[in-house]
Amino acid sequence: MSELLEVRGLTVELATAQGWVRPVNELSLRIGAGESLGLVGESGSGKTMLALALMGLLPDRAKVSGEAWLGTKAKEAEEVKEAREMRPAGSRPRQLKDLLQLTEREWREVRGREVAMVFQEPMTSLNPVMRSGAQIQEAIRAHYPRMHAKLVEYWVLEALRLAAVPETKTRSQQFPHQLSGGLRQRVMIAMAIAAGLADPGLEMTPQERRRPEEVLTGPRLLIADEPTTALDVTIQKQILDLLGELRRRLGLGLLFITHDLGVVAQVADRIAVIYAGRIIEEGPAREVLSHPRHPYTQGLLKSSPSLEPGALTPIPGSVPQLKALPPGCAFEPRCPLRREECAAGVPALRFIASEHSARCILV
Amino acid sequence: MTFDSTAPEAVLDVKGLRKTFSRSTSVFSSDSAATSSAGRFTAVDGVTFRLLRTETLAVVGESGCGKTTLARMILRLIEPDAGEIYLAGQDLLAAEGKALREMRRQMQMIFQDPFASLNPRMKVGEIVGEPLAIHEPELSRAARRDKVAEMLQQVGMPLDTLNRYPHEFSGGQRQRIGIARALILRPRLVIADEPVSALDVSVGAQALLLFRELQREFGLTCLFISHSLPVVAQIASRIAVMQAGQFVEIGTTEYVLQKPVHPYTKQLLAAVPAIPEA
Repeated sequence: MSELLEVRGLTVELATAQGWVRPVNELSLRIGAGESLGLVGESGSGKTMLALALMGLLPDRAKVSGEAWLGTKAKEAEEVKEAREMRPAGSRPRQLKDLLQLTEREWREVRGREVAMVFQEPMTSLNPVMRSGAQIQEAIRAHYPRMHAKLVEYWVLEALRLAAVPETKTRSQQFPHQLSGGLRQRVMIAMAIAAGLADPGLEMTPQERRRPEEVLTGPRLLIADEPTTALDVTIQKQILDLLGELRRRLGLGLLFITHDLGVVAQVADRIAVIYAGRIIEEGPAREVLSHPRHPYTQGLLKSSPSLEPGALTPIPGSVPQLKALPPGCAFEPRCPLRREECAAGVPALRFIASEHSARCILV
Repeated sequence: MTFDSTAPEAVLDVKGLRKTFSRSTSVFSSDSAATSSAGRFTAVDGVTFRLLRTETLAVVGESGCGKTTLARMILRLIEPDAGEIYLAGQDLLAAEGKALREMRRQMQMIFQDPFASLNPRMKVGEIVGEPLAIHEPELSRAARRDKVAEMLQQVGMPLDTLNRYPHEFSGGQRQRIGIARALILRPRLVIADEPVSALDVSVGAQALLLFRELQREFGLTCLFISHSLPVVAQIASRIAVMQAGQFVEIGTTEYVLQKPVHPYTKQLLAAVPAIPEA
């Protein structure tokens, strides 16, 4: 699998009344093309700050360092074009861009088209006084101001159709309050993929693209921040299924942020667990959930209620305050297995298997 | 107060409860929406159940199924259109004035959002002590303070909590404060509306364990409203599944989870995201 995103040593610092804090601390991760990474963490773990850093949406005063390389769409467009013209794939160097170095002008090209985000609360992220279709249009227009109105309309309905919105025409004319919570989240998803779908860089007519589904393109990377937390379970299941479907059809990489281990088990190929701004465990989803190695991951699993009554062991204490992080392992004060050495320094990520690592000296 | 433990009494007896709302036809709803869904909307449609002493009945359903409307009617925050409610044998809907106030004292609520349900300008001691100040005004300040301190200790809060403000506490701690406020009057009935859904996983588990402990210690009788089957599996003795204003299935926790009969219950169970076992 080719690499889509590679984050190296990403640190986000924010100024607070108590001085600088680091919500994201030397964090590294990677997502392959078409892969789904589940980022699991509780509130205050830094997971949303990470997402905002990858979207270029951090507050102005935030200090960012590190690298976040994204394989660009230009490369993919090249490949598709070559395939169409039956030329053998060229040996061009892979085009990459560092998201953390983009200027605001460059971000306007990338945000929404190559990297897109679906937010948690569809009611507050949609504009209540705009018809849903007009909001999706806006996402397309931001990138292609000169696109013909008919074509924009076509892609709006196409985005809604891909987001499995029934009666796309009617729904696009409605305001957010006329839609159910599940439909609102589908509109949000349609909005996130719309600009990527409408990309004329591939120089294909909509009819051409529509037939061979593989040639549909959305954004390269979709960041979904707790997209189902506000939804009922049956609707949640539909949205999770939809995201899986879009991954397959559009080949998009997914960064799925959640605090719910049950949800992450449904959508993620790999899981990264984040605690106090650092990844503390990472590996294939099945492996991490069935054989967790970090005491925090183990604790999270034991405190997730299942349909079996009885088995519930919470983690004592609460997530540490960023302004008062313990000197060593951030989980040490709550850890049932702590030793003296744990407070000495931040443990390194250690590998249990080639794909599975944990930040704990006991591993 | 002593109870005869061999004969469980019905703390709450609800019969044929119904509430209909008229659909709003505001200037913002378009014509098509207003005509297609015109008329009235039945939020709670003939709900009947009994809640026995020390029992926790969970009402599970998705948003809009009427579970919160049901809770509000039982607290008499809204008046039902039809039906009867008896609290410990007394007719709640007929009660007025002093009698109603006395009955309200017997039922307390634990709210969903620990950030919105505590007054940020009041110290924790005042928040937890307020129900006492209202319902037991004869109590001296010192006696009230002792009761509040004892209650806070029982929900696992440190002693210095009394003189601090809600913003100094985490979500899980605030939920404990909310629980302390609800229990300080030793109510006959506790209604909990999604009390852990706003909390993080590890903190939510702490709250559930505390709840279990308090169930035992106080012999709580509880109506527990939730959308989450895994959560209610941890603490409910019986589960009622609510859909479109009606109880479509009601039974012991074990039965509802393991041998669901109604297709909607089965659908809800199937939608619960499961974590693969080791």
